[in-house]
Amino acid sequence: MAKTSFVTMEETLAAIEDYKREIMQPLTAPEGLSGDQILKMYRRMALIREFDTSVKGLWKQNYIYGLAHSYVCAEAIGVGACAALRDSDFITSTHRGHGHTIAKGGDVKKMMAELMGKYDGYCLGKGGSMHIAAVDEGMLGATGIVGSGMPIAVGAALSSKVLGKDNVVVCFHGDGGTNQGVWHESINLAATWDLPVIFLCENNQWAISLPYKKASKNPRVSDRAIGYGIPGVTVDGFNVFAVYNAVAKAVERARSGNGPTLIEAKYYRYIGHFVADDERYRDMATNAPWTAFDPVERMCRFLVENGGFSEEQVQAVYESAKQEVLDAIEYAKTAPEPPLSSLYDGIYSPEFMEILKSRGEYVL
Amino acid sequence: MTRTMTIKQALNEALKEEFRRDETVIIMGCDVGVRGNPFGITLGLYDEFGPERVRDTPISEAAIVGACLGAAATGSRPIGEILFSDWITIGMDQLVNQIAKIRYMFGGKINVPLVIRAPVGAGGGQAAQHSQSFEAWFSHVPGLQVVMPITPYDVKGLLKTAIRSNDPVLFFEHKRGYEIRGEVPEEDYTIPFGEAVVRREGADVTIVAISIMVHKALAAAESLNQMGIKCEVIDPRTIYPFDYDTVLQSLDKTHRLIVTHESNRRSGIGAEIVSQVVERGFDLLDDHPVIVAGLDVPMPYNRQLEAMVIPSEEKIKNAVLKLMD
Repeated sequence: MAKTSFVTMEETLAAIEDYKREIMQPLTAPEGLSGDQILKMYRRMALIREFDTSVKGLWKQNYIYGLAHSYVCAEAIGVGACAALRDSDFITSTHRGHGHTIAKGGDVKKMMAELMGKYDGYCLGKGGSMHIAAVDEGMLGATGIVGSGMPIAVGAALSSKVLGKDNVVVCFHGDGGTNQGVWHESINLAATWDLPVIFLCENNQWAISLPYKKASKNPRVSDRAIGYGIPGVTVDGFNVFAVYNAVAKAVERARSGNGPTLIEAKYYRYIGHFVADDERYRDMATNAPWTAFDPVERMCRFLVENGGFSEEQVQAVYESAKQEVLDAIEYAKTAPEPPLSSLYDGIYSPEFMEILKSRGEYVL
Repeated sequence: MTRTMTIKQALNEALKEEFRRDETVIIMGCDVGVRGNPFGITLGLYDEFGPERVRDTPISEAAIVGACLGAAATGSRPIGEILFSDWITIGMDQLVNQIAKIRYMFGGKINVPLVIRAPVGAGGGQAAQHSQSFEAWFSHVPGLQVVMPITPYDVKGLLKTAIRSNDPVLFFEHKRGYEIRGEVPEEDYTIPFGEAVVRREGADVTIVAISIMVHKALAAAESLNQMGIKCEVIDPRTIYPFDYDTVLQSLDKTHRLIVTHESNRRSGIGAEIVSQVVERGFDLLDDHPVIVAGLDVPMPYNRQLEAMVIPSEEKIKNAVLKLMD
C-alpha cells in the first residue's frame, strides 16, 4: 500500500452510515412482478455472481487472456434495470460488461467461449472480455474506453424515434465516465431531442484508484440532471428492486416520448478494479464493511424471509445457475479456436471484403 | 558510475530528478498519484512532491491534455499522462488543433513546454482498444515532437530532454518494455532529440527498428549472424525529429533497407521513412526497401490471431533472407 491512501477506516464507516441513512432502501417486491419473475431475477444475479467469480481463477490459470473486470457486487443494477426492459430494447455497456450481458439474457456458454477467445464466442474470439457483445439480445457491446457508450446509446434511441419504433435504450456507465466531455454532450443531446434513453450511472465510487469525491465537487451524480432539464434520481445500487422501480418509471417516460432520465445507482466496489488489481491505492480492510450489503445475499434473504420461497427453493435456483456456469466453462475449454483464416473477417462488410480481396488486399 | 535498472525504474528516476531540479514541473493523469500509475512509473512522486504537483485526475483526457497546454503557456512544465495511448484520441482536438499550433498561430509568442506520456504497444490479449501505437499520426502534425525510446538509458535521458524542451513532446513507452533492463549512469544526463543509435553493426542489411522492434531486430540479427548475414540495427529513438543521416550512412555500407514497426503498416511511419530515404539516397539502394509491420486489422483478442498481427523476430528474419536471396 502506498504511504498515502485516500480512504481511512473511519471515513469508510462514516460513508456506510451515510449510505444507510440517505441511499439504502428496504427490499420490497414491486407491484406487478410475479414470483416467477422475481425468481428469474435472482437466478440472473446468481449467474453473474458465479460467472464473474470463476473468471479470476480462469484468468490465473491462463484460460482467459488479457484483461477482465468483474461485475461482482453490482448484480442488482444490471438485473434490476434489464428486468424493466423488453427483449427488443437495447443496452450499452462499459468495460465491466459481463453482468450487463447476462442481465439482458446473454448465453453464458457463448460468453465464456468469448472470454477464452474461442470461435463459438459471441464475438468469434475477437473481442474478449472487454468487448463482449450480444447484439441479438440487444446488448450493443462492452467498451474499453470510459464514457464511450454514452453517444452510442443516444444514437440507438435516435434510431428508435426516427424509425418509428418504441424501443428504449439503457446506457450503463460508471461514475468514472461522468467526467468525460462526451457524457455531458450525450445527455444534453438526448434531453434536447426527447430521446428514449435512460442514463444509468453505476456509481461504485471508484475510478480505478480515484474516489468519486476526489473526482467531482458534488458527489451526487443525479443532481446533474437539473442542468439538462431532465429528471434525476439516486437509488440504492445494492437493491435490485430499487433499481427496477426507478428504471421502470424512466422506461415508461421514455417510451411515451417524454425523453431521458438520469438514474444514479449508488453502490461500492468492494472488489478489485480488474482481475489483477492489487488495490495498493486503498487499505483492503476498508472493503470488508461494505460486504454487509452484498446484493445477491440481500436478495436471497428477501426471497426466504419475505418472498414466500423456501430456503431449499432459493438454494436450488442458485445451484442451477452455478451448474450452468460450470457447464459453460467446460464447454468453452473444449470449444474450437478461430481458424487463422478468420483473421481479416469483419474488418469491413462481407461484400466489401470480397472487393478488397479481388484487388489483392487482405489475402492471407 | 552506472547501475543496472529497468525502463520502469529509469522513467521513475527521471521524473523524480526533474521534479527536484525544477519546481515548475507537475504531472497529472488518471492514477498517477496515490496508485503510482498502473505500471508503477510514478511511484513515490505523490509522497515526495505532494498533491499540488502530482495530481490524480478524473477520467477526462481532453481536459488533462488541454490543461497541460494552459499550464505550459503560463509558466508550468506539465506532464500529462494518458493511461493507455489508445485514449489519447479523446484529447485529439487539444493536441492537434491547439498544442501543435498555438506557438505558430500566435506568432511564436507562447512557449509550450509540455510532455504527454502514454504507454503504447500490443500483446497480452488487450485487444482492439488497448494495443495501438499512434506515432505516425503525431509525426504527421507539424509542431509536435514524437519520442519512442526502448532502453533504460534512453528513456531516462530522453524524458529529461522532453521535460526541459520548450516544445510539446509525445513520449511513447512500450508497455511490454517496462521490465527491459540496462545500464544507467548515476549522474545527470540528457539525450538530444534526432540522434539515432546503431545498436549493432553489420555490412549486409540495415534494419531501422522502432521501439520494441529494436529488441526483435537484434534477436533476428543474432540469428542471421549465425547464417553469415550481417545486419546493422538502427534505433532512431525519436520519430520526429528523425535522424536520416545515420540511416543513410549505414545504407552507404549495406545498400539494403528494412524498416520495422509494431503499429500497422498502412500509412505507417515506415512509409514515411522509406519515402524520405528513397528521395535522399536512392542511389545508395541496391534493392527495394522492405517494411515489416503490424497487419492492417484491429487487434484481435484471440492469442493466435494476435500473434499473426504483431510483427515477430521471425518475420524480420524472413524479410532479410528474402532480400539477401
